[in-house]
Amino acid sequence: MAVTTGAFVTDEIFERPPLKSRLWTIVRTQPLGIAGAFIVLVMVLAAIFAPWIAPYDPELNDFGAMLVPPDASHLLGTDEFGRDIFSRLVWGARTAMLVGFSCALLGSTIGLLIGVASAYFGGKFDILLQRVIDIFIAFPAIILALAIVTVLGTGTENVIIAITIPLIPNCARVVRSSALAIREIPYVDAARALGFGHARIVLRHMSPNVMAPYLIMMTTFLGQAILAEASLSFLGLGVQEPIPAWGLMLQGGAQEYAESAPWVPIFPGVAISLAVFGFNLFGDALRDLLDPKLRQQ
Amino acid sequence: MSKYVIKRVLLMIPTVIGAGILVFLMMRLLPGDICLIRVAGDGMGVSEAALSRCRAEFGLDKPLWAQFFDFAWGYATFDFGKSMWTTNPITHEIGLRFQLSLQIAIMATVTAVLIALPLGVLSAIRQNTWVDYVVRTFAIAGIAIPSFWLGIMIILGMLILTQMWFGMPWMFPIEYRPIWEDPVHNISQTIWPALATGYRYSAVITRMTRSAMLEVLREDYIRTARAKGLLEKVIRTRHALKNAMLPVVTLIGIEFAFLIGGLVVTEQVFNLNGLGQLFVHAVNAHDYTLVQALVMLVVGVFVVTNLVVDLVYAWFDPRIHYS
Repeated sequence: MAVTTGAFVTDEIFERPPLKSRLWTIVRTQPLGIAGAFIVLVMVLAAIFAPWIAPYDPELNDFGAMLVPPDASHLLGTDEFGRDIFSRLVWGARTAMLVGFSCALLGSTIGLLIGVASAYFGGKFDILLQRVIDIFIAFPAIILALAIVTVLGTGTENVIIAITIPLIPNCARVVRSSALAIREIPYVDAARALGFGHARIVLRHMSPNVMAPYLIMMTTFLGQAILAEASLSFLGLGVQEPIPAWGLMLQGGAQEYAESAPWVPIFPGVAISLAVFGFNLFGDALRDLLDPKLRQQ
Repeated sequence: MSKYVIKRVLLMIPTVIGAGILVFLMMRLLPGDICLIRVAGDGMGVSEAALSRCRAEFGLDKPLWAQFFDFAWGYATFDFGKSMWTTNPITHEIGLRFQLSLQIAIMATVTAVLIALPLGVLSAIRQNTWVDYVVRTFAIAGIAIPSFWLGIMIILGMLILTQMWFGMPWMFPIEYRPIWEDPVHNISQTIWPALATGYRYSAVITRMTRSAMLEVLREDYIRTARAKGLLEKVIRTRHALKNAMLPVVTLIGIEFAFLIGGLVVTEQVFNLNGLGQLFVHAVNAHDYTLVQALVMLVVGVFVVTNLVVDLVYAWFDPRIHYS
């Protein structure tokens, strides 16, 4: 472990190196993070340009080409309905990214507002809110999501709601503990003294100062939401056929024909793992960069 | 200490009651009810008389507050009622499945801790070397790979490999037998789901161990320990690891509680009749009493595990005095 001298530390704090060398430092110290960012980029591009990338219609049944092994015409083979697996994976990226980004953004943002408000108002409001959060955290997320889907019914929008709700209390709790420290800094009192309203202080003064935990929670949620969507869809309680979704592709025929057609269950699982892997690598690097305690000396 | 325990136990009560209210209301929000499913399931036309007879049998004709009171009073007196679907006592429905879920949770925890602690410590000591990168990749992959897909791959790999080696595919037994009746049969069945979930579990713990160790290794008392010439081995185990264990223990507790009820998908892949599968069936059948019992059980395990974790804290960190 490198021994740090005082002079080196002050250099780093007061003379910010130029952007190019800072970027180079990130590339050098966070090679895994760069790899993650690359995977994320590929997934997002696949989701956006799915109609142009996919060689076949993902919902088109071709009974002349059922369970075809991977070859030149079907890059990753076909499933039991003769649907091209590569095309379904590319379109599935769209579903996964839609659900992942919606849930992560909604879950962390609502959690941010609840957490900051809880810390700002304090008192009975805070205590009550913390108890409610305790109750939600005591439920395993997948059980809560299953119950919500059963109440609301399946379908993409309902899946997004069902996955988002269990995420909110987690973010609210983390953000609250950071916001409690911010609450004690005099500028919050100063803002009160200037006559600003509660909403303005929560939104404009406190929220921007808890961006680090907020961003970290959001990137963690991305991976979790993609996994949760795959699990729900696998159980038949998530996104519904014929919409291409990775979890759905592992269901039914994928297991039935696994032995004779292993490419059917293998590739969707690889896609899920790769996507979550990428988001987690990216999120980890982000946390290392944002959290001064973990920053490389 | 005993005062702290009492206070801590009392604080659990609002959480449990809140969870009870939440699951009670949620079940009543489901469209349709158990009686509609039962009566229609008989194949004959749905007659009003049969419906109201059935509703009276389960007390569903009472106002909501009275139904909730019955539910709460039953639990307070350890009378959990009977399943609305099978009409067997709840304890009978849950008993064997709880045993299976508990066994897998314990096996997965043991696997995870044995893998995670050494890897996490190693990764922290060798931060930003290739050892660290390999461990981190292993850990992040564990979080990324869905346990249920890993399960499918284990089954697939087993079928293909045994086909290659022995000329015929072999599968582990599917029928469940309790461990004291037939340990070999039991273990050869439960080890696979335990490994599939244990990998993800160990990944989570490895990451937490690594970051907790990194944080502790920067503390002043570690530098002091080095300065007074202690062996690096002693510093790592006695000074660093013991202090880094606090968040790790919390996480082990949370994950363990999760495994009891949260293995819905993995159980489906391995054809195991655990609590997760039972929960899905109960929700689909609108079996109010069974869903309530399962949720209360899972929440109960969660709050008790948290209590145990809090008490274990005192053992790891003597600075914490519960007074």
